[in-house]
Amino acid sequence: MDLSVISPAVLLASLMVAATPILLAAIGELVCEKSGVLNLGVEGMMITGAICGFAMAVETGSPLVGFLGAAAGGALLALLFGVLTQLLLANQVASGLALTLFGIGISALIGQGYRGVKPPPTTRLDLGPLSEIPFLGRLLFSHDWVVYFGLALTLGVWLFLRYSRAGLVLRAVGESHDAAHALGYKVVAIRFAAIAFGGACAGLGGAYLSLVRVPQWTDGMTAGAGWIALAIVVFGSWRPGRILLGAYLFGGMTVLQLNLQAAQLPVPVEVLSMSPFVLTIVVLVIMSAGRGRASTAAPAMLGRVFHASS
Amino acid sequence: MQRRTLLGTAAAAAVLAGANLAVAQDGPLKVGFIFVGPIGDGGWTYEHNQARLAVEEEFGDKVETVYQESVPEGADAERAMTQMALSGAKLIFTTSFGYMDPTINVAAKFPDVKFEHATGFKRTDNVGTYSARFYEGRAIQGHIAGKLTKTNKIGYIGSYPIPEVIRGINSAYIHAKKANPDVEFNVVWAYTWFDPAKEADAATALIEQGNDVILQHTDSTAPQAAAEKAGNVYTFGQASDMAEFAPMPRVSSIIDNWAPYYIERVRAVMDGTWQSDDTWDGIGAGMVKIGEISSAVPEEVKAEALALKDKIASGEYHPFTGPLKKQDGSDWLAEGETADDGTLLGMNFYVEGLTGDIPN
Repeated sequence: MDLSVISPAVLLASLMVAATPILLAAIGELVCEKSGVLNLGVEGMMITGAICGFAMAVETGSPLVGFLGAAAGGALLALLFGVLTQLLLANQVASGLALTLFGIGISALIGQGYRGVKPPPTTRLDLGPLSEIPFLGRLLFSHDWVVYFGLALTLGVWLFLRYSRAGLVLRAVGESHDAAHALGYKVVAIRFAAIAFGGACAGLGGAYLSLVRVPQWTDGMTAGAGWIALAIVVFGSWRPGRILLGAYLFGGMTVLQLNLQAAQLPVPVEVLSMSPFVLTIVVLVIMSAGRGRASTAAPAMLGRVFHASS
Repeated sequence: MQRRTLLGTAAAAAVLAGANLAVAQDGPLKVGFIFVGPIGDGGWTYEHNQARLAVEEEFGDKVETVYQESVPEGADAERAMTQMALSGAKLIFTTSFGYMDPTINVAAKFPDVKFEHATGFKRTDNVGTYSARFYEGRAIQGHIAGKLTKTNKIGYIGSYPIPEVIRGINSAYIHAKKANPDVEFNVVWAYTWFDPAKEADAATALIEQGNDVILQHTDSTAPQAAAEKAGNVYTFGQASDMAEFAPMPRVSSIIDNWAPYYIERVRAVMDGTWQSDDTWDGIGAGMVKIGEISSAVPEEVKAEALALKDKIASGEYHPFTGPLKKQDGSDWLAEGETADDGTLLGMNFYVEGLTGDIPN
């Protein structure tokens, strides 16, 4: 065993990269669930975003256009879910699962011609002298812009939900759609917006996988990341800060356990392999336990069908 | 009267259905495939699917193939196989080690359906097994890797600690060590056959710790992409040629060539000569191929690797030839002795020199 081969700065930097796709998808799902809509199609929207982003980036040569395409692709798929659940009043759980299957299928179809193709590189943000600072420079100031965007988005969503009037309305729709409707708010329109936002974020998360973290297109490449994002929203009790923590813990442990294995730490590999799941759940559950509000953290109308006539 | 008409219709329908059934049995032979990853993984499942297409090409409208992708190893696999057998498949290929017990269970329920399970060791009257001697290819990889590494550190991404994977690690290590006595292997277990993000992370972790050759025993091309991004790292294509990453980082590959075997087995079922058996072929029989050694490898290393390949193919040399000791220092093979297939199939130990423990 030789732990000196692990550089803490490099490790923490890879942690941020590993956490970003889950963080983006989870923040999107948070907004969606806060409006009272349970969209289990995160995995499908992520993988659709992954291929839409990849295709757009390859065709135009610009990663930025790729990410925009990914957001559009994810949002488009999410709107399909919106039509099914908000207009046709279909069951949200069933529609969400169907969306995942559909997303995996259609992404494989779109991706036919993109196997083995190399995407244009997403460059690191040039922060000049900042990235020269020892340790902190590598850790904080030498990432691509998506990592920073993920953090900014988390902050933005927190501010939006907590301090803005629009955020209050969104939460009201999620807590009691009948009351919000009685007050004259367009419940269905607001939910559509939240669903589209969730889809766009999931799409960005998927594109981060296909354009930066892996970077290539392979069928089924999200391999369950969307489900992890869904779980983190629940274990993070619908709070942006905890979701950030959950995503970083999960991403961090994933990278750390691989590094510890590579450094031949004498700990059973089974323990290391399950550590991301166990640690993330334990930490988030302990944080939510012991408070009266924890049990009521879920939006009251989560997964309920709304129809204006009822 | 009306009721009689109804009964009459029902009877006619039943007769028709029976007739349909009879026709179906004279129709094309239905062959099923259970895949562990997507057919577009660019590796393991991709090659199995290529072989499926070769079967279709060979037999034309005499066969009908069906497949299911990304079937998890476990209870879900049993459901998928059962469904395939119920839908009329007469021969089913289950293409991953973890399908072993599900295959045996489902086969017991469908004695008329033949099953072919890849890389396993359990057989019954209607379950045969087949595998390729990938470790022969690993020996060649190990030799090239030992010659190429500058840091003397070679990273190895394992999937699950099963004999198949452990054999590969041992074979690669033995030959890397022969080529370069200072070489050291760092094994990371990914606990997945297919998860591009995790495979890429594993490769990145190994590269960041100074491993400049990465061998993989997982199915996607993600480690290749990670190595390409890092630069100055060598990799090998796994299961498929992965030529899109040549000449760097991919310097060679092990290619699984299942098509001849699948065609032979489908023909055996058609002729009624199919019998449960165990097939384990290597480079010599053409089931394992070595992808082109790229220009990034020095000429003399390439020549040595090809010579090694020829010796293995002709049977002159066995990759597990003594003297060899186990990791704990106990004797395994005496001078000149070669490993028997039984030991290789159940291999659960590292050879001397490898560090770390094999997870249980």
